[in-house]
Amino acid sequence: MMEAVYSIKPLLAVLVSLTAACLILLTGERSKNLRETWTILASVLKFSIVASMIPTILKGNVIEYTLITLAPGLLLQFRVDAFGLVFGLLASTLWIATSFYSIGYMRGLDEHAQTRFFFCFAIALFATIGIAFSANLLTLFIFYEILTMATYPLVSHKETPEAIKGGRKYLTYTLTAGVVILLAIATMYHLTGTVDFRPGGFVSGHVSPDMLRFLFVALVLGFGVKAGMMPFHEWLPTAMVAPTPVSALLHAVAVVKAGVFCVLRVILYVFGPDLLHDTGLWLMLAYFVSFTIIISCFFALAQDNIKRRLAFSTINNLSIIILGAALLSGSAIKGAMLHIAYHGFMKITLFFVAGAIYVKAHKENVSELDGLGRQMPLTFGSFALGAMGVSGIPPLCGFISKWYLCLGALEAKEIFFLFVFLTSAFLDAAFFFPIVYRAFFKKAQETVKPHFDEAPMFMVIPLTATAVISLILGIFPNAFLPFFEIVTVAVQSILGG
Amino acid sequence: MDTFEFIIGKYNYWVYIILMMIGFFAMIAKKNLAKKLVGMNIFQTAIILFFVSTGSKSGATIPIIEHGHGEAAHHAVTVAHYINPLPHVLMLTAIVVMVSTFGVALALLIILYRKYGTLEEDEIFDAIESARQEK
Amino acid sequence: MTSQIPALIIVIPLIASFFNLLMGWWRKGLCYPWVIFALGLCSLASSATLWTVIQTGTIHYRLGNWAPPWGLEYVVDHLNAFVLVIVSFISLIISIYSKKSIEQELPGKTVYFYTIFLLLVTGLLGIVITGDMFNLYVFLEIASLAGYALIALGEDRSALASFEYVIIGTVGACFYLLGVGYLYIVTGSLNMADLTELLPRLYLSKVILVAFSFFIVGVAIKMALFPLHVWLPDAYTYAPSTVSVLVASTMTKVGAYVLIRIMFTVFKPYYPIEIIPLTTILGWVAVAAMMFGCIMAIAQYDLKRIFSYIIVAEVGYIVLGVSVANRMGLTGAILHILNDAFMMACLFFVAGAIMYKTGSRDISHFRNLHRKMPFTMAAFTIAALSVIGIPPTCGFFSKWYLIIGAIDAQQWIFAAALILSSLLSALVFFKIIENVYFEPRVAHAHNGASHEEVAVDEVPVSMLIPIYITVAGILTFGVFSGKIISTIIQFAVPASF
Repeated sequence: MMEAVYSIKPLLAVLVSLTAACLILLTGERSKNLRETWTILASVLKFSIVASMIPTILKGNVIEYTLITLAPGLLLQFRVDAFGLVFGLLASTLWIATSFYSIGYMRGLDEHAQTRFFFCFAIALFATIGIAFSANLLTLFIFYEILTMATYPLVSHKETPEAIKGGRKYLTYTLTAGVVILLAIATMYHLTGTVDFRPGGFVSGHVSPDMLRFLFVALVLGFGVKAGMMPFHEWLPTAMVAPTPVSALLHAVAVVKAGVFCVLRVILYVFGPDLLHDTGLWLMLAYFVSFTIIISCFFALAQDNIKRRLAFSTINNLSIIILGAALLSGSAIKGAMLHIAYHGFMKITLFFVAGAIYVKAHKENVSELDGLGRQMPLTFGSFALGAMGVSGIPPLCGFISKWYLCLGALEAKEIFFLFVFLTSAFLDAAFFFPIVYRAFFKKAQETVKPHFDEAPMFMVIPLTATAVISLILGIFPNAFLPFFEIVTVAVQSILGG
Repeated sequence: MDTFEFIIGKYNYWVYIILMMIGFFAMIAKKNLAKKLVGMNIFQTAIILFFVSTGSKSGATIPIIEHGHGEAAHHAVTVAHYINPLPHVLMLTAIVVMVSTFGVALALLIILYRKYGTLEEDEIFDAIESARQEK
Repeated sequence: MTSQIPALIIVIPLIASFFNLLMGWWRKGLCYPWVIFALGLCSLASSATLWTVIQTGTIHYRLGNWAPPWGLEYVVDHLNAFVLVIVSFISLIISIYSKKSIEQELPGKTVYFYTIFLLLVTGLLGIVITGDMFNLYVFLEIASLAGYALIALGEDRSALASFEYVIIGTVGACFYLLGVGYLYIVTGSLNMADLTELLPRLYLSKVILVAFSFFIVGVAIKMALFPLHVWLPDAYTYAPSTVSVLVASTMTKVGAYVLIRIMFTVFKPYYPIEIIPLTTILGWVAVAAMMFGCIMAIAQYDLKRIFSYIIVAEVGYIVLGVSVANRMGLTGAILHILNDAFMMACLFFVAGAIMYKTGSRDISHFRNLHRKMPFTMAAFTIAALSVIGIPPTCGFFSKWYLIIGAIDAQQWIFAAALILSSLLSALVFFKIIENVYFEPRVAHAHNGASHEEVAVDEVPVSMLIPIYITVAGILTFGVFSGKIISTIIQFAVPASF
């Protein structure tokens, strides 16, 4: 039933931002407006190409495009399947929002090195879509490393001593993880002769149990570093020293979601639910990430800096996604994949708000937010929506994904994890609620203006848009982009109908 | 074979090894650059000696055939009467190489002497160190 | 005419060198175009040879039509032809680069420089193309002597560094000569193909063992394999920039080629693998070389010295590929010969460019260099990424094959050493990249474009073009490595693997 359609669309989608990056570099500082136009054009074009692939995927087919053959069994190949399309759609949609937002942010603060910023952003998106559409572990790894390299200048953008240290820490964690992943991929190629993704896994039958355990740990921990799994999460809060658009798109959406995406690929398309179930590795992983889920909530409670608090919330949600996949039941996997998409929208709203607060009021800490909601109601209203969604309160879309995750825990007959989900939702509310409360209900400080004075429009419109989309997706799960349907197709292909 | 044969019979190898080690020792242990160079020369000469000695045969003569043109050129020769000319030829090339290397090295020594006024290795190092300190 | 091409490859640079001297006395300005012309012809000839070898197989060229083993024979098979093209092409690129650099560093000595330059290229090409053991010694010495002279042309410490190189290099060449001598005594032949037939009967004799040991040590000295690399850092650092590029990218690779020839062609592969445990020893030596090279590089401040230690590490990679002695490892080693030549050429080109423009090689003086020389620094970044092994640059692909080779041979420690050295070289290069691209600034300094305006002051185009040719090579050889392997390297690896 599943046929492979040959089309150049995956390559085009990937190349759009590469071309834009070159154009951005060439335009440079000479004409700022032209340069930003490239970014916006590219993001819209990329989104349209990716969206045009939806009908084929919904029919249950995959789109393939082979770049080059490296060796027998090793190809640089794109294969767009349902899961890849989910991530691809998420990244390309949110890039449009972030493009507008970052233009507003950079101009609002008159930041330096804007060309480098937009150039690296475009390359990062090139790599992200490449990751989404990779057909095998090697292609994935290549784009993964390109992503690391492209995001390093973005993390160190401010060039202050802390920014440089943050960049160094980021590199240390990700490069080390990268070489461990490389070793695991090479071993896998040596043992099985292939590294292609196959729904339901390709490793079983070739590998001894000990080697299996080693490979699983190496791959999951390696990709898990980028996905903020504890104890390798430290780079993520430190990377919050980057400008907010970077934190928003990359560290709430692209980079960390790429990490989580790769972990899910490893669980579902390399090892496969059956193999993991038989070896008991799923339970090991589930307990391991539960630890992250609970601890990160407590860390978040302790942070005063808004972005750091959001960073720990991201870590929390990423591990929730991994837990969902680790539970291996239909609903849990569905919830995990949905959460990748929905959480992206909600979290990016929250980060956009943090940036807007910084640009407008130059405030970075929760304790300084008193009364600001009255000055910037749209901004904080969107924050409230996003926060409700991340906590899993209906009618936001976060509720839908959390619902499926809890259902999945019940299906897998593991009540413990149901408690983990519920506890984390409760703690989420505990650290988000104070922000909303302080903004709207506390007495304002002197610096707060009594009338409406929002951040620049370029920033407010994207953040309101993503907040409203989160709301609409909660009520109509297939509005705008049929995430729900695509995820259903993906789960079906893995679990075999 | 007994020890006597081993040492006296293979005297050419012993000579070359001893010469080579003397040269090698000089290259490593001597502090004067010119002495190192002499050591290198001895080292290379020892090797040339080794090669040439391997071509010799007892009771044989130099490998030139008298009146070897025309008719005489087509007669067979008893190889055992003539020493092997090939190592000689190879070593001609090696000697040229040795001399060229020597020439280049001597040119370097002249540059070094002009620059530092001495050919003692430790004095040159000291001069370099103090030049670096001043920077 | 075309059947004489193998001889032409040697004759052209040799005769050109003599004519260069004559022409230089007549008119200095003619040297540069003459050299480019000669090396261009030479590159064409070697490309034609490679093409012929790919189409029809090994070429046997008899000098003067004397049949071996009495006459001298040039044997060009896939490995040979490959290295020939690399050496001649890189020499051509370097000669294009050399004009401005030599005018600045060696005014008044241009004629002599180019004469010896061509002789060095002749020597290198001769080493690669010949099929006779003693002929190899002759060309080895030609190349070495030319190298000694060229290196001594540099500044301050170069004379002493060159003298050190003379002493150590002569020992190496003499050891090689001794090896040839011992082989001649017991077999009576100097021709490589002949020796391959004659030697197997003698593999268990002590004479062959001694000969082989002398060969390996001699070649190791020439190749700068740890711990016999001592001459390399000084010699390459203090040599003139152009000379550094040539020797760095070619001499050690040609040495590696000689190693592969002796180990796997003259002596059948089972000799160094089974009869004497050389491959095991070489493996550990290679690991030591990689670790030592990278660690020493971290401690240096002089840019060229850093690169010289990186060369020591790169030689370690090639020898590691040789030592695992399986198809994948050897493929990686031969591919790395190509990749390393281009990477090192690019790195040393950059060092020369920086020297040309700023007169300094100290990396702590590199602030703002990315504004002054943006193109050069971009090239440096790409080459650095390649040395670290980030895809899609070529360095990643040779590391991939080397890792798989190590895993195939069940040598997990070698694989771990490979990835550890990647991380260490990341340390080395990112330290430099940080110095070049980031200027530490006070926190929250949003001053837009208020840096001291540093004008773009790039190196002349004649230097930029070669740099970018190497960059293009770095970016394409990796992705097309599959093609390169299937047409050339696959046949260069001995059939018994």
